[in-house]
Amino acid sequence: MDGVLQFLNQSIGKKILMAISGLGFCAFLLVHLIGNLFIYGGQDLFHSYVDHLHALGPFIYISEAGLFILLCIHLSMAVTLYFQNLVARPTTYVMKRNAGGRTLASGTMPYTGLIILIFVVIHLITFKFADHSQRTVFEIVSSALTQPGYIALYVFAMIVVGLHVNHGFWSAFQTLGIDHPKYMPAIRAFSVIYSVMLGIGFGFIPIYIMLLSLR
Amino acid sequence: MSTQTINLTLKVWRQNGPDDKGRLDTYHAKNISKDMSFLEMLDVVNEGLSKKNQDPIAFDSDCREGICGMCGAMVNGHAHGPESETTLCQLHMRHFKDGDTLYIEPFRARAFKIIKDLVIDRSAFDQIIQAGGFISVNTGGAPDANATPVSLEKSSLAMDAAACIGCGACVASCPNASAMLFVSAKVSHLALLPQGQPEATRRSLNMICEMDHLGFGNCSNERECEAACPKGISIQNIARLNREFIKSSLFSTPSV
Repeated sequence: MDGVLQFLNQSIGKKILMAISGLGFCAFLLVHLIGNLFIYGGQDLFHSYVDHLHALGPFIYISEAGLFILLCIHLSMAVTLYFQNLVARPTTYVMKRNAGGRTLASGTMPYTGLIILIFVVIHLITFKFADHSQRTVFEIVSSALTQPGYIALYVFAMIVVGLHVNHGFWSAFQTLGIDHPKYMPAIRAFSVIYSVMLGIGFGFIPIYIMLLSLR
Repeated sequence: MSTQTINLTLKVWRQNGPDDKGRLDTYHAKNISKDMSFLEMLDVVNEGLSKKNQDPIAFDSDCREGICGMCGAMVNGHAHGPESETTLCQLHMRHFKDGDTLYIEPFRARAFKIIKDLVIDRSAFDQIIQAGGFISVNTGGAPDANATPVSLEKSSLAMDAAACIGCGACVASCPNASAMLFVSAKVSHLALLPQGQPEATRRSLNMICEMDHLGFGNCSNERECEAACPKGISIQNIARLNREFIKSSLFSTPSV
């Protein structure tokens, strides 16, 4: 037990938990994206996917509980690290320029993370906790994603997710000590490809549904 | 051939002591030879201040050949100035243009107290070294020089890490004022060599513990340290430090 506390007490320990939970979310996003792609197949195909998903029964609840635990870990570590970092430099520079390492994604991680958290809450209220007794999932999705406000929010949120993953994915490997000239360039390249894939993959769905409604 | 000279406006951070609030003062550096180093330029400015009975700008320096790690300041928002892999003493005025305005500030971090003007207290680095950045060697007959084989690859990596001069530019340029690049260089330097193995477990844990305790921030892999380091220390050392931490905290036998 002492070992666990010692691990958590140290900065790298917290970051390792950040990295593992973050990679967990990256894996979840891939599964979620594959599921969402069924929307392109039309209402029937999408519903058959939804039915298959629900047929998994307890596995769904276990996954949801797992995601909730990941969220608790990722969020609590993020908040702790953020405030520790804030107090580590009480007087800021009058002039500070980037030395060349920082990117838009890496410099905005706490803020993109906060936006994603707010988005996830809205997303769960709109879809997961919506009244499913009267309408099908497809109807709920298409009624929400034909409102300009929702479309804008979803597209914006997916760009933000892409940014967060862009830095977060390779950064997780670095934190876990997986950095070597042999394969780090591949991890970094995959990080960019994966983030663009998530951004376009998720971000195009509201646009597609909007276009569908205009026909 | 006459030496080219330039005129500069300096905005220098002046602070009388650790508790003083500090302020930016403006000075004019006139007829500065482009062949001068940055510190020589400050020497000229200070000479002018002394002649006017004003307090000269306090700054640190020692070897002035880029190997001691004593000098360092933020110049226009860059640690050791805008040139890559260059210490402040090796930064030459030929990199600046006539009429430039330079903002000169001390390295800032909670763990680095400002003593005066641009002089900071980096003894926090010494404390981290005292926590584990050493190997214990028993006295006695000198061992044979070739008794412990070290591969060329490992010794090269260890030498790369050992190039760290402990100037603090990594901390100064890190958005989180993290000392991970410094600690990782010191841990890597010893962890890569057979002589560093007996104390490897305790070393990484104790040094990270001390680093956290001293109030340095947490690494968020922004890579600013690597870009600012005058010795070009790579963040691959940070990954090695993370591996050492995982090995020590999760897979080592607890000490008795």
